[in-house]
Amino acid sequence: MTIGVINWGLALDSFPVLLQGAKITLQFTVVSVFFGMILGLIFALGRMSKNKIIKFLSAAYIDFFRGTPLLVQIFLIYFGIPQLIPFTLPDNYQYIAGAIALSLNCGAYTAEIFRSGIQSIDYGQAEAARSLGMSHFQSMRYIILPQAFKVVVPPLGNEFIAMLKDSSLLAIIAIEDLMYTGKIIAGRTFQALPIFMMVAVMYLAMTMALSMLVNYTEKRLSKSDNG
Amino acid sequence: MITVSNLHKYFGKLEVLKGIDMQVKEREVVVIIGASGSGKSTLLRCLNKLEDTTSGEIIIDGIPLNSEANVNAIRREVGMVFQRFNLFPHMTALQNVILAPQIVRNLSKQEAENIGLELLNKVGLGDKVNEYPRRLSGGQQQRVAIARALAMRPKVMLFDEATSALDPEMVGEVLAVMRDLAREGMTMVVVTHEMGFAREVGDRLIFIDEGVIVEEGPPVEVFSNPRNPRTQAFLSKIL
Repeated sequence: MTIGVINWGLALDSFPVLLQGAKITLQFTVVSVFFGMILGLIFALGRMSKNKIIKFLSAAYIDFFRGTPLLVQIFLIYFGIPQLIPFTLPDNYQYIAGAIALSLNCGAYTAEIFRSGIQSIDYGQAEAARSLGMSHFQSMRYIILPQAFKVVVPPLGNEFIAMLKDSSLLAIIAIEDLMYTGKIIAGRTFQALPIFMMVAVMYLAMTMALSMLVNYTEKRLSKSDNG
Repeated sequence: MITVSNLHKYFGKLEVLKGIDMQVKEREVVVIIGASGSGKSTLLRCLNKLEDTTSGEIIIDGIPLNSEANVNAIRREVGMVFQRFNLFPHMTALQNVILAPQIVRNLSKQEAENIGLELLNKVGLGDKVNEYPRRLSGGQQQRVAIARALAMRPKVMLFDEATSALDPEMVGEVLAVMRDLAREGMTMVVVTHEMGFAREVGDRLIFIDEGVIVEEGPPVEVFSNPRNPRTQAFLSKIL
């Protein structure tokens, strides 16, 4: 095989191996979206808390992870944190670091999405709930959050799609995701164009599937009347 | 049932309530009138602590409104109806009515539903129990809101301009429900612009201007023979 001859067939031949990488990409996306939503809800409520310390800490977290590059965050956690830890980290620490970095990043963006969703709900709703004797928690749980959730589905969907794409940065710390697998094959075969085209198509397929899922959820939610 | 003494309330530097003293007896219907911005809605909202008070004392059913626990206890006993209904849009009429009895009063779903259906029938919406609020007219929504408040079996009902956001043809149906409640002996504090209702249903009329109670008495007396010049000016404008 000579350099300069484009071997398009290789793209198809590599598909099964790339698919293994895509699986890892999906796993990291699912994990970070799952923890990101939990973190997002906690810090959205924290950011709106009356307690000044909780409010400050939540805002600091959100600002830091939204205001710095994800790559820097990955490096801080993968290379930086081990300096603080007196014992040797496991060999597979890159997976833990990658999942933590993505989750924290996703949590910060999700927190702002949840906050704007919650604040978009008419204040009269909370007043009505409280006037019926519901606690703050009950009014959030039964009245505000179910309504806010409908509002946040589209921006949340965008965030998840962004997460899926951004997870490709994990390739830099040697997590064998779709990007990393593509890089390895392209490096060995010098067939960057067909391989990365295939990688791109596979990312596109995943983001489009995700976006369809979001649209479907949105439609189903709007079927139950939301006034 | 309700005792308010020397209640002051500031919004920032603006004093909106300037020392209110007021009592509401059990089974009494007190109607509060006054111009926009006079503080009448604020006073009502202070009664279940939707507004923080700056100073003064409020005692409802023997419980002073001074701690978080007491506030929640009092809100269970005090129903409130809002100008803009504030129904929960993601729930049907029946769900709106039965939620609080279940999670605040710990009634079973069955018990709550029995109460809910009875109340929705009472406000004339027995055929709308499974409708979502946005499919109901304003008058119907407000009647659901009244049923929702009543489902907590409150000892007092507060009405904050309950008919002000309604189209004129729907005002009557809501006032009719309120009139029935008054007749059954519910203790009520009503902020309203409906002078006909005030005259007919109210046991006592309170006129508020610039954050003070200027005049109070039996509605017929205040309407036909207002003593204070500010009351006279207000009534001459609206009657």
